[in-house]
Amino acid sequence: MNAVATHHLLTLRVENKAGVLVRVAGLFARRGYNIFSLAVAPTDDERFSRISIVVDVESAPLQQVLDQLNKLIPVVEISELHPADAHEAELLLATVSVERAAVSDLEGRCAAVGATIAERGEGAVTVSFAASPEALDAFEAELATYPIRELQRTGRIGLPKLTAAR
Amino acid sequence: MELTGAQALIKSLEHEGVEVVFGLPGGAILPVYDPIIDSSIRHILVRHEQGAGHAAEGYAQVTGRPGVAMVTSGPGATNIVTPLADAYMDSIPLVVITGQVATAAIGTDAFQEVDTTGITMGVTKHNWLVTDAAEIPNVVAEAFHVATSGRPGPVLIDFPKDVANAKMTWHWPEQLDLPGYHPVREPEAAAIAAAVELITAAERPVLYVGGGVLKADASPALAELVELTGIPVVTTLMARGAFPDSHRRHLGMPGMHGSYAAVTSLQRADLLVALGARFDDRVTGKISAFAPGAKVIHVDIDRAEHGKVRRPDVAVAADCRLAIEALITGIAAAHDRGAGERLGPWVAQCEAWRERFPFTYDASGEAGVLKPQYVIEQLRAANDDDTILVSGVGQHQMWAAQHWRFERPRSWVNSGGLGTMGFAVPAAIGAKVGRPDRTVWAVDGDGCFQMTAQELVTASSERIPVKIAILNNAYLGMVRQWQHMFYEERYSEVYLSPDLPDYVRWAEAMGCVGLRVTEPEEVAPAIDKANSIDDRPVVIDFRTDSMEQVFPMVAAGSSNDDIIVHPSQRELPR
Repeated sequence: MNAVATHHLLTLRVENKAGVLVRVAGLFARRGYNIFSLAVAPTDDERFSRISIVVDVESAPLQQVLDQLNKLIPVVEISELHPADAHEAELLLATVSVERAAVSDLEGRCAAVGATIAERGEGAVTVSFAASPEALDAFEAELATYPIRELQRTGRIGLPKLTAAR
Repeated sequence: MELTGAQALIKSLEHEGVEVVFGLPGGAILPVYDPIIDSSIRHILVRHEQGAGHAAEGYAQVTGRPGVAMVTSGPGATNIVTPLADAYMDSIPLVVITGQVATAAIGTDAFQEVDTTGITMGVTKHNWLVTDAAEIPNVVAEAFHVATSGRPGPVLIDFPKDVANAKMTWHWPEQLDLPGYHPVREPEAAAIAAAVELITAAERPVLYVGGGVLKADASPALAELVELTGIPVVTTLMARGAFPDSHRRHLGMPGMHGSYAAVTSLQRADLLVALGARFDDRVTGKISAFAPGAKVIHVDIDRAEHGKVRRPDVAVAADCRLAIEALITGIAAAHDRGAGERLGPWVAQCEAWRERFPFTYDASGEAGVLKPQYVIEQLRAANDDDTILVSGVGQHQMWAAQHWRFERPRSWVNSGGLGTMGFAVPAAIGAKVGRPDRTVWAVDGDGCFQMTAQELVTASSERIPVKIAILNNAYLGMVRQWQHMFYEERYSEVYLSPDLPDYVRWAEAMGCVGLRVTEPEEVAPAIDKANSIDDRPVVIDFRTDSMEQVFPMVAAGSSNDDIIVHPSQRELPR
């Protein structure tokens, strides 16, 4: 896939202080770097949060992005995760229009990949799927046949594999 | 000991060794202005917050210590954004303290509320919003550390009024908690070894010296490196004074209005040793055509400068002084006995360029027309090497950088990266406060002077005897020059008038001595008179030739190979 070549997943350990996300996002805006996706959440250590950014390095050399991020005072650590050396995951929620007769077909497709039904409504179903971004891409393409009313993805997060050489 | 937040702030500044604060009070910062009365810190009351920021920059540039400014919230804060941006571009250590509305009012569009940390995020190295009085000493200590270490820069502390009034128990931090801040200092041995290998093999090397050399106090080390290697030197606009202009290896300033020898040596070099320089577009011209045959060693304390503009062959992330000292050790150990012979033809070529294409101007001209370059030459002749020269931005700045002979570090203060018109008057005031033992002259343009002249009231009332030479050509001269060269002499909104305002009467109204010079023979006596006055500021209105242009010039976006020299030099062989 084309996206793989130009997209890099960076995970940043940052101080859990007000305004950190703005500093990171503002740096990307100021320097003209493109963010493909971004996810932020606290870690197990309350002093730190983790920001996962998929950066489009067509817009700037990766090293320059890393060096500029490193200059932000609250950014403690940056890892660039190669897909081969990382566990990557993403969450998708989608509401699709589906006629009553086709619901069981949709349920079958969900079961086949491990997605779950979050809600069944009149003429629509909301599904939830957490998996690798690539599996989400494929599942999203399947859902598009229904069609999709609303869809939200979290952006990918990642951690290095225990077996990865670091 | 229990203190108010305001008292803790002032006490923290005292702990950091602050001797002077440039500022202007207002509603939100009011509590902090009370303990200043009892403090050892001198407060200098400016007339506009921009003046406080530029004065703090001037102070920092000449002393090497952080400049401190304090202003109120809202418009006070927005007025100091320009100096922050200026200091950020030129890596000047500043600590700016802004008042803020009470924490409970933040986000309610309260009177004189702006999102100061949000606004200044892109123009500070870091900023802090203090929400707990107990944090004050920590934040101040962190702020000074961040401003002055690594690549220096401006920081801002936003200080809500209720935090200033709250009580706290005084403590000074034993250590700082900055887990994400680890500035480098020492160079890596492998990088130095690789750099030494390139230097000892190069046939056409140039030391491309930037402002980082001054920040690192690396001038003595640089002089030693030049003695050891004999490599020619260029000093950028930010590095004037880092290496003596009188030195035989000095080719002058590179860049858009640099010397022919400096510009051309970079173009023809086979090795650039960039020392605390950042490949600014005003130096490189068209980047794809810059120094096409040169390998690059890039010494910079900021890793993000490596490869930002030009990919280095060897990147050295370190303090410039330590890196130069390591290079000296490495080169000396390499016993490069062939250096003299190897560099001989190159040095001769560089010297030939320098001899053939000095900075020049047409001194003859019409009788009685005052050339701005002549004024600067006379000014330099009447002042010693320790004199501090400050400038604004535009033609006068370039003439000052070209025609002043810089011999000492920290003797030149100007706005390089941001190009802030109006910088000179307040920066000169800050410089004089920082170095009261030195004569401080500002060369300013008439356009620049009108932007910040009110700070001469500050200078008069605080008895800060700066001297201002206005090169009054009645135009926004640099814009006029571009319209002359690139817009078919269609002059759009650049005429200012030579006598509106009347600069002499304006100066006198502000408590200064005002002088006017219209004839060349009046120049030296007027400068002597100004130099004899030490109890108040002096302003000289030099009525200079409106038609004069800055040469050489590399047009924006052009290759440095297409440098346009002075008309009198255009037939000379290159």
